[in-house]
Amino acid sequence: MNGLDINVRRKIYAARNGSPGPAALSGLEFHIPEGQLVCLVGPSGCGKTTLLNLIGGLDSDFDGEIAFDAAPADRRIGYMFQTPRLMPWLTVLDNVRLVLDDETDAAARRLLVEMELGDVLDAYPSQLSGGMQRRVALARAFAIEPQLLLLDEPFVSLDAPIADRLRTALLDLWKSRPTTVLFVTHDLREALCLADRIVFLSAGPGRVVHEMPVLLPRPRHADDAAVEAARRRLLAERPGLLAGLDTAADSAGPDRHRAVP
Amino acid sequence: MQPAIGRLPGRLWRWPSGPGLRAISLVLFVALWAAIAALIDSRVLPGPYAVGRSLVGHVADGSLPFHISVTLARVAASFFLAMVIGSAIGIAMGRSRRVDAFFDGWLVIGLNIPALVTIILCYVWFGLGEVAAIVAVALNKIPTVVVTIREGARAVDRDLLQVAQAFRVPRRRRFRQVYLPQLYPYLMASARSGLALIWKIVLVVELLGRSNGVGFQLHVFFQFFDITSILAYTLAFVAVILLIEVFILRPLERRLSGWRS
Repeated sequence: MNGLDINVRRKIYAARNGSPGPAALSGLEFHIPEGQLVCLVGPSGCGKTTLLNLIGGLDSDFDGEIAFDAAPADRRIGYMFQTPRLMPWLTVLDNVRLVLDDETDAAARRLLVEMELGDVLDAYPSQLSGGMQRRVALARAFAIEPQLLLLDEPFVSLDAPIADRLRTALLDLWKSRPTTVLFVTHDLREALCLADRIVFLSAGPGRVVHEMPVLLPRPRHADDAAVEAARRRLLAERPGLLAGLDTAADSAGPDRHRAVP
Repeated sequence: MQPAIGRLPGRLWRWPSGPGLRAISLVLFVALWAAIAALIDSRVLPGPYAVGRSLVGHVADGSLPFHISVTLARVAASFFLAMVIGSAIGIAMGRSRRVDAFFDGWLVIGLNIPALVTIILCYVWFGLGEVAAIVAVALNKIPTVVVTIREGARAVDRDLLQVAQAFRVPRRRRFRQVYLPQLYPYLMASARSGLALIWKIVLVVELLGRSNGVGFQLHVFFQFFDITSILAYTLAFVAVILLIEVFILRPLERRLSGWRS
């Protein structure tokens, strides 16, 4: 295993009338070494979700190659979407069992208990809070023992403390069950919290404009001074980088009331 | 505004759980019937007592249970046939625009052919036999099943199907645990209205071309002007259908929609 190689020369969605529309992705190329956690940061509409769909095999209509060591038949790719997307008619335990090859529930149970969901195994998703639902979705993604884990802004629209706890849960799981992770976000602070490396995408059609390793020691939290300092340094060094980013999410952090030097 | 909306479902739900109210309403109905029958005092409207005595007689000599069971067997066969075929076509039409466009014209024709025409044609084409009777009833019901299930198939949540695709959930499990549960409300609605429609059509089919069953018996009673027996049979049959509703359909629905509560 040597990770994931992505080379998307072109991805075009057909317009409504059938003619080709504008490119969603163009000349997008990067590599994720095995076992690394890479955050993909880019403005809305730059094709982040499109890229995840290509990697996850949900969409195979594109020009380019995505190389991943495991043969397509044995690939185990965990996926966490922007919303939890749990089956409302299945209990928490059954939601996790749904994606497992053997339907024995011992492994699923153990994982859910480890994620502090042991008390709600038989609850339906609608009985859980948004944060708990995300926890179940995270458990589902890890339950298949993925070789690759794709996360598409999974912690948006959550309160900051809940998002922070979920990020901690993600990192704990990743530590105990090592896997290659691609985490998409538009929140630079979140990326700095999580990533071994950050890949920045341009506005659509998306391509890589910058890559940087994150060397801050773990554990990190969104409101750590070190994270904040790294963010400022990056913004100062490359002011154009985040031009298209959702600035609302980016300024909603602890520095909202601080004067910018 | 808010409290009114909040209270509405509660009030709707309390209605059927008032068994006292139901009993009062039922007693009132029988009393009204008895009063009118006594007032008119005619052979064309026997009172509840006469009808009850006739009912006991028909049950005692075994004729009523026999004819009702024959009719129920026909109802079951055509119901099953209509649900399976109608659901399959409905799912196909709801999934694919092309299939929908192709069959939509047929559907409109099917919905608008009078039941009587289908019955006569089936008897003419397939002979005065059991097959013709059951096919005729099923043909009458299939178009309405198709319309309901098509609606359900169109409303299927693609996000959830995408989860199944991303996690490579096996086809069979995907259908049973991800796809089908989304159709349950539509299947239940279809089954409900189907039962009501089918047993009425079965009686017509029996009247026109069978030598047993409730429809045939009603025809015989009509020729002898035996209104008491007609009402006795009607009462018995309505009771049976109600029992099916209470002991089969409602528990089934409760089981299938348990996650909603």
